[in-house]
Amino acid sequence: MAESISAGSAGPDKPVVDIRDLKISFNRIPILSGINLQVRHGENLVVLGKSGSGKSVLIKCLVGLVEPDAGEIRVFDKDISNLSYEQLNEVRLKVGFLFQNAALYDSMTVGDNLAFPLRYHFKKLKPAQIRQLVGEALDSVGLQEAIDKMPSELSGGMSKRVGLARTLILKPDIMLYDEPTTGLDTATSKEISALILEMQRKKNISSIIITHDMHCAKTTADRLVVLKEGVIAAEGSYDQLRDGDDPWTKTFFE
Amino acid sequence: MSAPGGAGTETINEMYKNMQTAADTESLRELLKKKFAPTGDSIAFAARFFRELVKPPFPGREFLHQCYLIGYKSCPLISLTGFIMGLVLTIQSRPSLAQFGAESMLPGMVATSLVREIGPVITALICAGNIGSRMGAELGSMRVTEQIDAMEVSAINPYKFLVVSRVLATTLMIPLLSVYTNAVGMIGSWAAMNIHTNIGFTRYFSAAMGHLEFLDIVPALVKTFLFGFAIGIIGCFKGFYVRGGTESVGRAANAAVVTASLAVFVLDMLAVQITDLI
Repeated sequence: MAESISAGSAGPDKPVVDIRDLKISFNRIPILSGINLQVRHGENLVVLGKSGSGKSVLIKCLVGLVEPDAGEIRVFDKDISNLSYEQLNEVRLKVGFLFQNAALYDSMTVGDNLAFPLRYHFKKLKPAQIRQLVGEALDSVGLQEAIDKMPSELSGGMSKRVGLARTLILKPDIMLYDEPTTGLDTATSKEISALILEMQRKKNISSIIITHDMHCAKTTADRLVVLKEGVIAAEGSYDQLRDGDDPWTKTFFE
Repeated sequence: MSAPGGAGTETINEMYKNMQTAADTESLRELLKKKFAPTGDSIAFAARFFRELVKPPFPGREFLHQCYLIGYKSCPLISLTGFIMGLVLTIQSRPSLAQFGAESMLPGMVATSLVREIGPVITALICAGNIGSRMGAELGSMRVTEQIDAMEVSAINPYKFLVVSRVLATTLMIPLLSVYTNAVGMIGSWAAMNIHTNIGFTRYFSAAMGHLEFLDIVPALVKTFLFGFAIGIIGCFKGFYVRGGTESVGRAANAAVVTASLAVFVLDMLAVQITDLI
């Protein structure tokens, strides 16, 4: 019998994300080989790792974009690999995902990019209400003036901000960031890192941030995990990992 | 350790043979899977269209936008092609009919050719090139830039929004475009007739329509729905499952055109055979 979903019902003690013994391989090449990870309510978890270490695959598993070979992924205490498409979508509504390249719909204006999920999910919203919500979301990322622009007219940093606004407009309880500062200059990446932290503080949401950017990690992380060859090689706070003994982990801090 | 040629070697040889057979079976299975998986996937993709079509919500706004792009935006190209086809068909056929003194049959012959075969097939081929490639490239680039994944994670059904709207629009617009091509083709034919003879527009059309029967019009119209569905589903399928980078998008667009054009010919052949039996 299908489980009924009440996203956000994980309870105060239970982790909002609980990954147990997760294994994934592509073409028989192991990508993740037994990951165990929990994220608590309101926590910012940063996942570090070299390119190809399976960081992006890890967060794509959380929203059902990649199917694991083995293991259990529980989001809001629901095992997402056992959910129907409709139930998975209910969970997805509570999980925001910011893609590496923002993934804005390039045939729509910035305003329509933000209005699209609202129109799709909340049929009863009137155009004026949608306009107001879109305006507020753009205002929160400081891009009110870009509402009528096309994605091709935006810079990398602006695209990331619009992507963030589009994700936050559905009021998620968990945010997943796939390399949010990659490809941005130092000043813009600092702005994005500050914005991530501000959003987390304002809305008290949990976040998993995939990054190579140590400034972003330092700014945003409550806890860090380091992935190496498909397993968690180290875990701790920024200072603990920086001052630890593992020479491989320390390479990230050099 | 066994001596060479002894019982131990035989066992090893047997084991090696078994391993080889197992490896051969495995590679054969892989090969068959690789060969037939796309066919199975495309059938499942097409079957999903009917399931998603009847499930709410219906992407009405996107459907109308696609109707505009497929129907209205294709009109200039279709008009030019239809006019030229009617004109050329008349100019080419006229001398043969004139030899037998049967020039009066020309409007009827052109009308029958256009309505039964040339109009639907030419429209479908132009749309396979124009619309099929656009859909393959558009959905392909949405896939590689993670826009389709972005829809998935926003709990928006990308199949319904992108595929159902497009396939339904091609299925409904290509028959309309085909009728339009026939009409423009007849105008082209009338213009060609007027190079040599002076025949009035009304008289020409009365002569042309007088030759058309129910079985000329209905089967031809039915097959245009099939052409439209095939072009839409193939264009979307090729784009929706693109893997890799921008090079794959180009390949998807190309594959969409080639496969859709081929599908038009195959469906046309089947439709003609079935009509012939009626």
